[in-house]
Amino acid sequence: MLRELRESLVDSIVSVGAIGRFLVRVVVQVPRAALRLDLVIAQIYNAGARSLVIIMLSGLFVGMVVGLQGFQLLQRFGSEDALGAAAAIGLVKELGPVITALLFAGRAGTALASELGLMRATDQLSAMEIMAVDPVRRVVVPRFLGGVIAMPLLAAIFSVIGIYGAQVIGVQIMGVDAGSFWSQMRASVGLGDVTEGIVKSCAFGVACSLVAVYEGYNAVPTAEGVGRATTRTVVTSAVFTLFLDYLITASFL
Amino acid sequence: MQIPRSRITAVMGPSGTGKTTLLRLITGQLQADSGSLHVDGVVLRTRAQPGLSRAELYALRKRMGMLFQNGALLTDISVFENVAFPLREHTRLPERLIRQLVLTKLQAVGLRGAAQLMPSELSGGMSRRVALARAIVMDPEILLYDEPFVGLDPISMGVILRLIRRLNDALGLTSIVVSHDVQEISTVADKVFLLSGGAVVAEGSPQELHGNPSEVVKQFMGGLADGPVPFHYPAPDYFGELLDRSGAD
Repeated sequence: MLRELRESLVDSIVSVGAIGRFLVRVVVQVPRAALRLDLVIAQIYNAGARSLVIIMLSGLFVGMVVGLQGFQLLQRFGSEDALGAAAAIGLVKELGPVITALLFAGRAGTALASELGLMRATDQLSAMEIMAVDPVRRVVVPRFLGGVIAMPLLAAIFSVIGIYGAQVIGVQIMGVDAGSFWSQMRASVGLGDVTEGIVKSCAFGVACSLVAVYEGYNAVPTAEGVGRATTRTVVTSAVFTLFLDYLITASFL
Repeated sequence: MQIPRSRITAVMGPSGTGKTTLLRLITGQLQADSGSLHVDGVVLRTRAQPGLSRAELYALRKRMGMLFQNGALLTDISVFENVAFPLREHTRLPERLIRQLVLTKLQAVGLRGAAQLMPSELSGGMSRRVALARAIVMDPEILLYDEPFVGLDPISMGVILRLIRRLNDALGLTSIVVSHDVQEISTVADKVFLLSGGAVVAEGSPQELHGNPSEVVKQFMGGLADGPVPFHYPAPDYFGELLDRSGAD
């Protein structure tokens, strides 16, 4: 039992080290790869635009739940007017970036990992190497950059739609005064809150995109290997996201 | 092993004997544990001795083309773009010239009419012909073929065979074909290396190999099921294992 635990811990540390080394390899290639704007834009579309529907729907429902729960809680203290502030702070600082990152890992991250894994399994990456084209520069970095750029945009859209969902429940259904809802929000949400949300979504963007391209690029070139890489992408991204969330939250206190 | 320039050299041998590994050593995708490897006078890096830097290796690879077993076409772009891929990555040629070069190479493999198809719309033989067009689009000096006949119908196989010979002669290439299709490869190869157990067991022209008295060579060239390369994977005694009840539930 103890041995298994130790081996698992060592494996995790080795994996984190390997991902770190891969990050250096990717970052070194970013300046050259960024010159191929067409490739990066195509990946922003793949990772970002194609995730929009699920992000907007989830944002709406999460906002509605926040509206309901927040209203129930604040009503106990007679502070329903603070619903706008509570919903906005919760969504902008916490729920928006975190849930977007988890959804991103499940939608775009798995797509990236399986695409790269299949490219590995069908020798497409080897073929590029033989053609003297570095697959990290040509394939990995544009996908990484696409994810890094798309994530903060998706998180912002999630938060905006979420606030709208909270407003629908709070103001239009539960009867909270619309003026109080919006004015409390404007008075309470500061630049620091928005900055925290932006920093988180950028960090999660780097983490989730990196994990996805790392797992896909290093996938064992078999059907099982690609499946495992896809699963690991979701699990590792979720763990990284929640761990980083704690670190960033603590650093902003 | 010495592979002659401007000739078609076949590397044959049973599965798992290191034929594809040899190709990956020549292209620098793998590093040899020992020995030395020279490609056109250039020393490749091994684990024992330093060799080319990454940039130098990529420069060497620009002089090579490789046809993978499954074609390895990029599945998200069309046939035309697949063939144009190396040109777009390595040159700044005007679009008109790229188009002409791509169409010329596609014409050489008989697939100019399929230029706008996606790889998913091609048969196995067509995929390999497109991959061949892509492999020669940069006018390489060395062309490597990894099992080019696997899974092909007789017509496609004949087409690929003729292309290997025609391209080699027309472009003055040095071709290295890894295959275990003895009859087919014997018709085009100038020289054959037969590998077994990770070592060269015979070399010469296809005719010389057919007349070779070695048991291993006779087994491989004749397609015999049993011989020095055993039919059975190493296992404990058959009857002993059948009668052994210790493994039964």
